[in-house]
Amino acid sequence: MSISIPARDWFKPPEGAEKLWIGLALLWCFVLSLMMPYWHFRGKQNSRGEAYAVAPVAFMERTEAFVAANKTGERDGVPIVEPAPGGDAYLLARMWSWYPILKLRQGESYRIHLSSGDLQHGFSLQPLNMNFQVLPGYDHVLTLTPTSKGEFTIVCNEFCGIGHQHMIGKILVE
Amino acid sequence: MSFPTLNPPPPTPQPGRETGLRKCATTGLDVCLAAQRFIKLNAVAAIVFLLFGGIAAILLALTRWQAVHLLRVDWFYRILTFHGLNMLIFWMLFFEIAILYFACTIPLKARLFSRKIAWLSFGMMLTGAIMTNVVIIQGKADVLMTSYLPLLAHPLFYLGIILVAVGTLIGVFNFFATLYVAKRDRTYEGSLPLVTYGATAAAIIAVVTLLHGAIVMIPTFAFSMGWISQPDPMWYRMIWWGLGHQSQQVNVCAMVSVWYLIGQLTTGSKPVNETVCRGAFVLYILFINLASAHHLLVDPGVGSSWKIWNTSYAMYLAVLASMIHGFTVPASVEMAMRAKGWGRGIFGWVGALPWRNPAFSAAALSLVIFGFVGGITGVTLGTQQINIIAHNTLRITGHFHSTVVGGTSLAFMGLAFYVVPLMFQRDFIWRKAARVQPWLFGGGILLVSLGMSFAGSLGVARRTYDIEHAGVYGPAAHLFLGIMGVGAIIAVVGLLLFVVLCVGTVFFGERHAKGEPMADWGVAKELPGAPGEAIFADHWAMKGTMVLTGVFLACFAVYYFANWKALADVWYVR
Ligand code: HEM
Ligand SMILES: [Cu+2]
Ligand SMILES: [Cu+2]
Repeated sequence: MSISIPARDWFKPPEGAEKLWIGLALLWCFVLSLMMPYWHFRGKQNSRGEAYAVAPVAFMERTEAFVAANKTGERDGVPIVEPAPGGDAYLLARMWSWYPILKLRQGESYRIHLSSGDLQHGFSLQPLNMNFQVLPGYDHVLTLTPTSKGEFTIVCNEFCGIGHQHMIGKILVE
Repeated sequence: MSFPTLNPPPPTPQPGRETGLRKCATTGLDVCLAAQRFIKLNAVAAIVFLLFGGIAAILLALTRWQAVHLLRVDWFYRILTFHGLNMLIFWMLFFEIAILYFACTIPLKARLFSRKIAWLSFGMMLTGAIMTNVVIIQGKADVLMTSYLPLLAHPLFYLGIILVAVGTLIGVFNFFATLYVAKRDRTYEGSLPLVTYGATAAAIIAVVTLLHGAIVMIPTFAFSMGWISQPDPMWYRMIWWGLGHQSQQVNVCAMVSVWYLIGQLTTGSKPVNETVCRGAFVLYILFINLASAHHLLVDPGVGSSWKIWNTSYAMYLAVLASMIHGFTVPASVEMAMRAKGWGRGIFGWVGALPWRNPAFSAAALSLVIFGFVGGITGVTLGTQQINIIAHNTLRITGHFHSTVVGGTSLAFMGLAFYVVPLMFQRDFIWRKAARVQPWLFGGGILLVSLGMSFAGSLGVARRTYDIEHAGVYGPAAHLFLGIMGVGAIIAVVGLLLFVVLCVGTVFFGERHAKGEPMADWGVAKELPGAPGEAIFADHWAMKGTMVLTGVFLACFAVYYFANWKALADVWYVR
């Protein structure tokens, strides 16, 4: 009885079906544990958390320099910027915008630097549904390879104040 | 303990105040009067906060249901902050203190260590909770429950939370002191009963958890007062989740203890193997400590090996523990039913379970929702790489509404159907309505949880007032938000019914005559010629549980690998 003092000899190894279940469950936990290192080496999608300390002001300057060097157009006042394949790209999250619009090529890899000029934000790429955290003071580097073409939307999915739901950005892939 | 298989014991003279104990006419247990008072106080406070959170819940759900979109934007985030704290922190913690006071006194025939300390704990918690709520409603803390830096709230917001945390720690201290004195004075001989053992595991984790709370909240409070410079936001996230995640393990431990307790009260079940059940609680204590990691899986600054090690090492042995309880709880009930003679076939015992007993149906639904929805989604979303396609979407909110709401909150509600009549010595009003309450709440929350999960799979973000602006969500996403909204209405009706039933009973329930047991909710019956204890010699007799857990494992594997497949389809990222 779970509410009364157990009999003195309660210490017994598991038997029968219980023992079988514990074995199965343990085995399953091994599978769960091994899948992650397996995917780390073999899978194409990993979050390594590569990051460097950066002051928000410094990050904004780098973003501006990147925009000035690689700008190819403009949409609704937001620059469209095309980084060199294999090169670095900067994406600045601020209340409540993503700056600038990135233009990428399918099949090429880019080092995307993500950081915030103010609060925490959430990088959520739709409709793919890929999500990463963006923190002020941290230059979060994603080595990203688009595998599909089209216009993709960045939604902010970390609460960042009253205008949070309006924080929408774009990535274009050709 | 003879309840419920034997008749209640003959009425004994009530010892009364001198000894500080009374004999419970229903269970024959010795009830410490001081503990009884604080169980009542904490449970009532918990239910009031549940009511607050429930009112907030319907406002939120009817706002996120885009077709209704009820609240104004500022009030949406304000009410979201309010809901998270009142539910996850206040309702849970007050009820858990009530459970701890029960577990350390009544099963051990012990008396509560100190009334003064219990008052101090209760007073601090209540002051803190009220303070926090007032600041939120005044609009000075629109920072959500997590209050991630650099977001900044009014200092009283943090101070309120610190008061609640420290007050809870003091209550937990009272629990440990009571256990110590009971052991020293030999109020019982031998090992702790399983329910007390589980509660002890919860209390140990609670200490570690609340210390994290203090470590993160005190500097943040100091920063909000302008005394120190801003703590690092990543440091904040890491320590905050040491509080936020581990406290969920407190909830799980408490919930599992409640499952065992309700199993016994309603079907006379007992653990098939005490060693296994206790061992599983030890796994919780040992292996949950780094699980804050799985909130940081797509964060910068923490590397792959740290993430993988801390999710698997620290989490999967705790997962193992939950899987063990997921077997032993239904197995113990099944064995009790078979011992009573309901042994036909694999599921012959299921129909004879006391489904009309609201405590039983609440516990059974809680187990199923927690295991099949909460457990499977939790482990999958908390897998390091799969988190990429889940982080901060409504999938997360869907997951924890099936653990902490459909699981823990529902189990606590089930327990209340015994706690309220036994502690207040009054019978429930509207007993017919009480019998459907768990089905309303459980069914509603299941819809909420599934609606959120599917909307989240389509990329809908959590904590977001309006999804139209993004222009990327189609009719399917709106359909799932609608399902969430309908589920929310049903669940909130169930929640309000629960509050009305409890409050009504406290004030207007019929008093038990002296020495009379509480009105019976209905317990599992015994057939003539039942095999009784003999059945326990067969270690393979729990056939129904074996089938159930087999189905569970299959569902788990399908969902888990389907998510790897979904992950493999997105862009490459390193
Ligand atoms: C009647 C039942 C309930 C309903 C209909 C409900 C509904 C909701 C909704 C719609 C949200 C907002 C989701 C979003 O926009 O991100 C939410 C958030 C939340 N709920 Fe509930 N809820 C209920 C009960 C509970 C209970 C009992 C708990 C805890 C024990 C709880 C804990 C939370 C938490 C922690 C959040 C997240 C707050 C945040 O993101 O800061 N809920 N709930
Ligand atoms: Cu944002
Ligand atoms: Cu945001």
